[in-house]
Amino acid sequence: MSAYPIRHARWLAPGVRCLIVEAPRVARRHRPGHFVIVRPVEGSERIPLTVAHADADAGTIMLVVQAVGATTRQLCDLEAGGEVRDVVGPLGRPTELERFGHVVLVGGGVGTAVIHPQAAALKKLGNKVSAVIGGRSRPYVILEEELGRICDAVYPCTDDGSHGFHGFVTARLARLIDEDPDPVRAVITAGPVPMMKAVAEVTRPAGIHTIASLNPIMVDGTGMCGGCRVQVGGKTLFACVDGPEFDAHRIDFDDLAGRLTAYRSQEQAALEHLRQAVGEGSCRLAGAVARATGDALGA
Amino acid sequence: MKPAERLKLPRQHMPEQPAEARARNFREVNLGLEDRAAINEALRCLQCRGAKCVGGCPVGVDIPGFLAALADNNLAEAARVLYAANVLPAITGRVCPQETQCEVSCVRGNKGEPVAVGYLERYVADWAARHWDQVCEAAPPTGRKVAIVGAGPAGLTCAGELARRGHAVTVFEALHKPGGVLVYGIPEFRLPKDIVEREVDKLRRLGVRIECNVVIGQTYTIGDLMGEEGFHAVFIANGAGLPVFQNIPGESLKGVYSANEYLTRVNLMEAYRFPESPTPVIAGRRVVVVGGGNTAMDAVRTARRLGAEEALLLYRRSRQEMPARAEEVKHAEEEGVRFTFLAAPVEVLGTPEGWVRAVRCIRMELGEPDASGRRRPVPVAGSEYEIPCDVVVVAIGTRSNPLLTQTTPELKLNRWGYIEVDEQGMTSIPGVFAGGDIVRGAATVILAMGDGKRAAAAIDRYLAARS
Repeated sequence: MSAYPIRHARWLAPGVRCLIVEAPRVARRHRPGHFVIVRPVEGSERIPLTVAHADADAGTIMLVVQAVGATTRQLCDLEAGGEVRDVVGPLGRPTELERFGHVVLVGGGVGTAVIHPQAAALKKLGNKVSAVIGGRSRPYVILEEELGRICDAVYPCTDDGSHGFHGFVTARLARLIDEDPDPVRAVITAGPVPMMKAVAEVTRPAGIHTIASLNPIMVDGTGMCGGCRVQVGGKTLFACVDGPEFDAHRIDFDDLAGRLTAYRSQEQAALEHLRQAVGEGSCRLAGAVARATGDALGA
Repeated sequence: MKPAERLKLPRQHMPEQPAEARARNFREVNLGLEDRAAINEALRCLQCRGAKCVGGCPVGVDIPGFLAALADNNLAEAARVLYAANVLPAITGRVCPQETQCEVSCVRGNKGEPVAVGYLERYVADWAARHWDQVCEAAPPTGRKVAIVGAGPAGLTCAGELARRGHAVTVFEALHKPGGVLVYGIPEFRLPKDIVEREVDKLRRLGVRIECNVVIGQTYTIGDLMGEEGFHAVFIANGAGLPVFQNIPGESLKGVYSANEYLTRVNLMEAYRFPESPTPVIAGRRVVVVGGGNTAMDAVRTARRLGAEEALLLYRRSRQEMPARAEEVKHAEEEGVRFTFLAAPVEVLGTPEGWVRAVRCIRMELGEPDASGRRRPVPVAGSEYEIPCDVVVVAIGTRSNPLLTQTTPELKLNRWGYIEVDEQGMTSIPGVFAGGDIVRGAATVILAMGDGKRAAAAIDRYLAARS
C-alpha cells in the first residue's frame, strides 16, 4: 500500500514541526475546519490533526505537529523525502463561514495552525479578519508572517512579553472587542482548552458568535468509536462527525479537559519505550529538539 | 458407510486452549479439528435430500456437498464446493452462529446433536489456506467497474463475488487496514487477524483492489464515484455507526468506554501489546461490561485477558434473553467472567480526579413482553446498589453512521437513518446498492455477507442489462 510522501519539513517553533505532505485526495476536498487522522509509521497510533493548509493543485496538505507524546514525536522526526504511513480525510464538518463583518481568529500555540485556513476563506468572503495569536515567548508564536499576508491585522501575544502584546490572547481579544472601530461579530478559536474556555468567557457577555475547534482523543475518526464525545449544550456529541467545531458558549470545557488527561501516564510510558527503541542519549530526538530551537530562532 | 453406522458416530469436540491459560492470552481459543475427527464428523451427515441446513445458511453453502467430499477425504473438492458459495469460509467457520442457522435445522439434532458444520467449514477453509493460493478463477474481464464502500464482511464478500464474475472491483476502506469489524471488533482470540489478512490476500489475487484511508462521503462522494471516477455501480457497506450510551450521569469519566472504542483499541490498534504498540487502553482491575450481546461478550472476555481480576457482565434481563451465542457465554464463564442479571446502571461514580470508581445499579424484574417479544425489564424501586470498578464498557448497541448518508441527500433513509433498499438490495439511487449494518442496523457477520452476496448477483444483473 502506498504511503504519503513528505515534500517539505521544517521547524516552526521548538518542538513544533510543519510537514507538507502529498495527499491529493484530501487536498482536493479540503475545506477550512477539516482534519485528518495520521499514523506516522507502521504500527503507530492514529492521531487527529487539523489541516493547516491545502493546495489542491499541488496535491499537498500542511500539517503542524507539536511533539508531546510518542506518536507526535515520531511525526516530528520525519524529514522531507520520507513519508507518512497513513493519512485519511478530510474528516469532520467544515467551518460554517459567512460574511460576518469583523471576525477575530484566536490561536494559541499550535492552535494557530488550525485557524490559518479560515483566515483566507473569511477574507475571500469579504470579512475584515484579525488574528490574535499567542505563545509562551517569541519563538512559540507561529505562522505570524503567513497570517500577516492574509489578515487585516495580526496581534502576536507572548506570556513573557518577548514579542508583541505582553499577556494572554484573551486580554488582547478583550481590548480588540472594546477598542476596534469595527465591532467584532464573530470569533473562531483553537488552542489549549483553558485558553478556549477563557475566550468563550470574554465573548459571552456581548453574545459574540464564538466557535471553538476541539481536539479530543480520537481513534477511528469516522463516527464509530465514540472516544471523541464532548458535552455541548448538555448533549453528548461526537467531535469526529458532529464537529470538530462547536458553539464555544455551549461547550463543557472542564469535561473535555478531564477526558484529555486519560492516558497521561501511558503517554509517558510510550514515550519512554520509543526513547529506548531509538537509543536516547545519542538520540535523534534530542538532536531534533536542538535543531528545532535553532530553526525557530533563526526564522 | 451405512446410515446406521453414521448414526452411531458421536459429535466431535472442538479442542480448546485450557480456560485458565487462555483467560490470560489473546491466542485463538478453538484449536481446530484433527484430520481424523473432521472426517468422522463429516461422516455423521446423512446427506438428506433437500437438506434443510442449506436453507438456514445466509449464503446458501451446499453443506451436504462439501461434507460428502470431506467424508471421502477429497479436500480439494470439499473446498471447491465451499468456496463456490462463500468467499470467506475461514471467517464464517469461526464466527457464524451455526446453532441458529445451519445446525439448528440438521436432522441429526432431532435426536442427539447436529453435525458440526461450523467446525468442518473452518477445517476445509484452513486446509485450502495451506494448499491453495487461489480459491477460484475469475471470469474474463467485463470492462465494468464497481466501487465498494467498506472492506468489512459485506463489502469483501460482494467484492469476491463480483471479481469472480470478471468485474473490476475497487474496495474503499476508511481505516488503515481492511476487514472492518473482523479486524476492529472481533477479538484475536476468536478470529486471528492473520486469518483475515490471508483471506483478504486471496481476494486481491482474484483481482480485487483495496484502497485504504478513503472515507466515502468525505474523500469522495457517491456522486464522484458514479461520475468522474467512472464506476458503473456502487455497493455501500460502510458498517456500524455511533455507539449508543445510556445518557446517565458519569459517562464522561475516564474509564468509560463504548465497546467499539474498547475493542478497536485492543484489536485494531493492538493495545494489549502496549507499549510495543503505542495505543493505550485503560486495562482496569475491576471491569464492568454493560450489555448481553456478542459484542458485550467479546469486551468482557477481552477485559479478562487484559488482566482484570474481576470481569463482570451486567445485563438488564435474565440469562434466557441474552442475545449472545451460547458458545461465547460458555467460554466466558469458563474463563472466570461473572454475570449479573436483572440489573442496569443508573450512574457511573467517579473519583475527584475524574476516574471511574463504581457503577450504581438498579435491580430489574421481568414484566410483560415488549416489541422484541422478550419480557421487558422493569426497575425495582429502592433497589439501587454500587459495584466498585475502574472501567465500564458500554455494549448496548450502535446507531446508524451518518458520515456517508449526510453527504448523499438523494439516498432514501428510514427513520432511524439506515439506508432503504429494494428486494434487489438497490437504494433509491439507480446503480447504487447497499447492505450490512448500514441497512440492517447491528447484525451479524454472516447476515452482512449474505447481503454482499445477494447484492453482487443483483449488480451483475444490473450491469448485464445495461451493457
